[in-house]
Amino acid sequence: MEQIPLSYSLGLSALLFGIGVAGVIVRRNAIVLFMCVELMLNAVNLAFVALSPYAGLEGQVYVFFVIAVAAAEAAVGLAIMISVFRHKESVDMKNFSLLRW
Amino acid sequence: MLTLLQEAAHGAAVAAEAAGAAHGAFHPTLPWLIVVLPLLGFVANGLLAIIAARRALPKLPPVGDPFYDHAHEPEKGHAHVDSHAYALASGGLAPEASEQEGHDVGTRPNPVDAAAAHDAHDDPNRVREMRRGSGDIHVVPAGQDAHHAHDVHDAHHAHDVHPVYGDHAPAGPKPLTHTLPSLIAPGVMIAAFALAVVNFLAMLGAHPETPWVHSYWDWMSVGDFQIGAALQLDQLSILMTLIITGVGSLIHLFSIGYMKEDPGYPRYMAYLNLFVFFMLILVLGASYPVMFVGWEGVGLCSYLLIGFWFREKANADAGKKAFIVNRIGDFGFLIAMFLLFWNVGTLNFADVGAVKGVMSAAPGALGYATPIATAIALFFFLGATGKSAQMPLYIWLPDAMAGPTPVSALIHAATMVTAGVYLIARSSVLFVLAPSASLVVTLVGALTAIFAASIGLKQWDIKKVLAYSTVSQLGFMFAAVGMGAYTAGVFHLMTHAFFKACLFLGSGAVIHAMHHALHTTHNPADAQDMRNMGGLRKHLPVTYLTMAVATLAIAGVPPFAGFFSKDEIIGAALLGAGGTNPIGLSQASLTLIPGVLEVSGRAVLGFVWGTLTITAFMTAFYMGRMMIYTFFGDNRTGDAERKHLHEGSWTLTVPLLVLATLSVLGGFLNVEREVFSHVPVIGPLFNAVAGATFGDAALHHWLHPVLAGSEGVVRANLGELAEPEHAAWPIFFAVAIGLGGLALAWALLSRKRLGTADAHPAFNGGAERTLYNKWYIDELYDRIVVRPVVGLSRAFARFDMGFIDGLVDFAGRTTQALGLAFGRIQTGQVNTYAFVLVVGVIIVLGSFVAF
Repeated sequence: MEQIPLSYSLGLSALLFGIGVAGVIVRRNAIVLFMCVELMLNAVNLAFVALSPYAGLEGQVYVFFVIAVAAAEAAVGLAIMISVFRHKESVDMKNFSLLRW
Repeated sequence: MLTLLQEAAHGAAVAAEAAGAAHGAFHPTLPWLIVVLPLLGFVANGLLAIIAARRALPKLPPVGDPFYDHAHEPEKGHAHVDSHAYALASGGLAPEASEQEGHDVGTRPNPVDAAAAHDAHDDPNRVREMRRGSGDIHVVPAGQDAHHAHDVHDAHHAHDVHPVYGDHAPAGPKPLTHTLPSLIAPGVMIAAFALAVVNFLAMLGAHPETPWVHSYWDWMSVGDFQIGAALQLDQLSILMTLIITGVGSLIHLFSIGYMKEDPGYPRYMAYLNLFVFFMLILVLGASYPVMFVGWEGVGLCSYLLIGFWFREKANADAGKKAFIVNRIGDFGFLIAMFLLFWNVGTLNFADVGAVKGVMSAAPGALGYATPIATAIALFFFLGATGKSAQMPLYIWLPDAMAGPTPVSALIHAATMVTAGVYLIARSSVLFVLAPSASLVVTLVGALTAIFAASIGLKQWDIKKVLAYSTVSQLGFMFAAVGMGAYTAGVFHLMTHAFFKACLFLGSGAVIHAMHHALHTTHNPADAQDMRNMGGLRKHLPVTYLTMAVATLAIAGVPPFAGFFSKDEIIGAALLGAGGTNPIGLSQASLTLIPGVLEVSGRAVLGFVWGTLTITAFMTAFYMGRMMIYTFFGDNRTGDAERKHLHEGSWTLTVPLLVLATLSVLGGFLNVEREVFSHVPVIGPLFNAVAGATFGDAALHHWLHPVLAGSEGVVRANLGELAEPEHAAWPIFFAVAIGLGGLALAWALLSRKRLGTADAHPAFNGGAERTLYNKWYIDELYDRIVVRPVVGLSRAFARFDMGFIDGLVDFAGRTTQALGLAFGRIQTGQVNTYAFVLVVGVIIVLGSFVAF
């Protein structure tokens, strides 16, 4: 059985992470921002899984933690988004600068 | 209280056992109780004063209390009513200015002034309501017509059932807070005096050679520095205690008659008791620090009582002046204590006075005429000049007359101001060790005496005359203790306490009568100005008689007390100038300007003799002047007022009579046979009287154990000194001086017709103007001390607010500006932060890759 080379998996992971970072930096829509954060988390998950044959199974255990945390984060984040939207009628990040100094 | 008594009795018993073994048979009876009794009086009267002050407070409706019962408030229909609702809420009338605490009802002559003060302190638009018996509301504008308000006030009394007390026409019984002090304050004083007499008699029987010292508890204990809360009873301290409690009792008694109508009466009595407590601490303390506690305490009480009528700024300022000037002296006292402990290692009188400790050649002990001994003595003297009003710090005492007259009698004539004399007599060993310091003391004393006497020549305020006379007589005492005539100084202290207290209380009785007369007729004239008096001897016979006796005493007319004490001082100066000084000052010299001007001790003492002789003449003159203007000639008070001039109650006259008696007899306490046996005619007479009453030079022998230490120092350093040669002429000369001054006053002044204060000018010509204005010393001090200090303070304030505050502001502003600048980086956009984060991560990771 032929294995997918590690470099492919890590490359894809890096690509996904890069897309996530670029999205966070560039995009203004809060929902998209969340999706980009999820993308980065999953890129990390992919790296964990890809490395587990070499570094042991603990990496795969971490993946479950990351998934759980990501779910929690999405729930809390979306709740914040909803309540912010009720005030601002907007999910554009450039309007959310209330905590600036 | 009971346990305290038992404990103290036990302590006293233990002390008596310990002391009994060492010093023979002197067992003091509850000496601590002498001190504690006035303190108890202070506590009791102080509580009454607080209760009285609380009751006098307006009962304002509570702010924001929804449950407050507004039913008793007046209807809101009247104009301005609600702003003074408390007048009715308290169930009485709003307190008039003169009924409030801190007003001088004793010397404020009439309601015109009261209204003026009223306007100054209160809202001029103030409207006072009074409720008549029927309950309707009556509105009187208080500031508009003072007489009218006054009359309505009196009419109001006729209708009112409320116990209202005031400065006039009291209706109904006085509250308990204003009657109890009349019992408590003199009561504790008389009890303390009785206890002092018991101890005095015990000491008279035992005549112990060493002082009785007992430490009640450890006060300060730091390394070698051991100070106990200790009392000392010896011949000097018991004498002072007798004067303080005895004269103090009489003055407390006088105060009842003088002050009982004052709204601040319980507070007054509390302060007076507190003063006596501290004064007793001062004279009974067994070490300089304990003495210093009393020293500061009497200064505090002096301040409180000078500013007793604090609502008038002049009175409050006089109190502050006294306190601040005294601080300068206290600084000297402290420095002297530090130097003494540094060089001798102890501050207890008994140890300092022990000849061995001071005299030994061991390092650290004080040597004869060494600079350090001189410095200690001079710093103690600086302390004494502050408390005892000597040059250059005398300026506070005349202003201190702003206080009630009995206070002037007790604090500013009889007791507190003599504390400096007591200090020097108590430190006689130190002053004997420093001959040049002693010469300075006697010189300053003599100069103060003549200077103050010259001012006293041209004062019109009866109390001011007595104030300058006090400064002058204190100068006599300092001249005496400076030239080593410690007994003479203490003797004059005692006789001065008698006759000057008598004079002050007499002036109080005069002012009381004058004030009453002027007040009754609403005359705004000054009750203290002698130009408004005249011919009072018909109206105030007892006061006239007692003051006449005291005047003869202070003028130095034999056989009254002042003659003997003053003559002893002048005689000591004359003998010193002749070469026989008891502490060897005739052989010493005083360097006035180092290397240039050095004056021999004999010259200094000769100068002192001349100065004091002239001063004695001036004393007789200005006292005669005071008596003539006050009691002789035609009455100038006014026809309507004359009917109201009369003697006060027995509490005013009995103390005067007792003090006058003492002014007659007191002089025979120290008639020296050796001196008077040379004098024809009067000499044998005085010796016989003294021999029959107190004995030959009784005070001298009595004080001998206290002064033995200084005599030992003199003997060890100078050997036996020549015995003085007495002559007859100085005695006759002194008599001539005293009688001459009185006679000159009578000849010059009795024929001169005076006008009242508004008609007769205060001074004629330049010399009189200078004397009337007290040599412009206050103005001079204002120019050279006060204004530079104020200017310097302003400069420092400007430096502080400009530069120091500028630095602080600069630090704050810089931080703020930096914060603002860096704040621009924070866009508040999450994307920007993420970008910066990523860039950072890339840099960090990149650096790992690169290296």
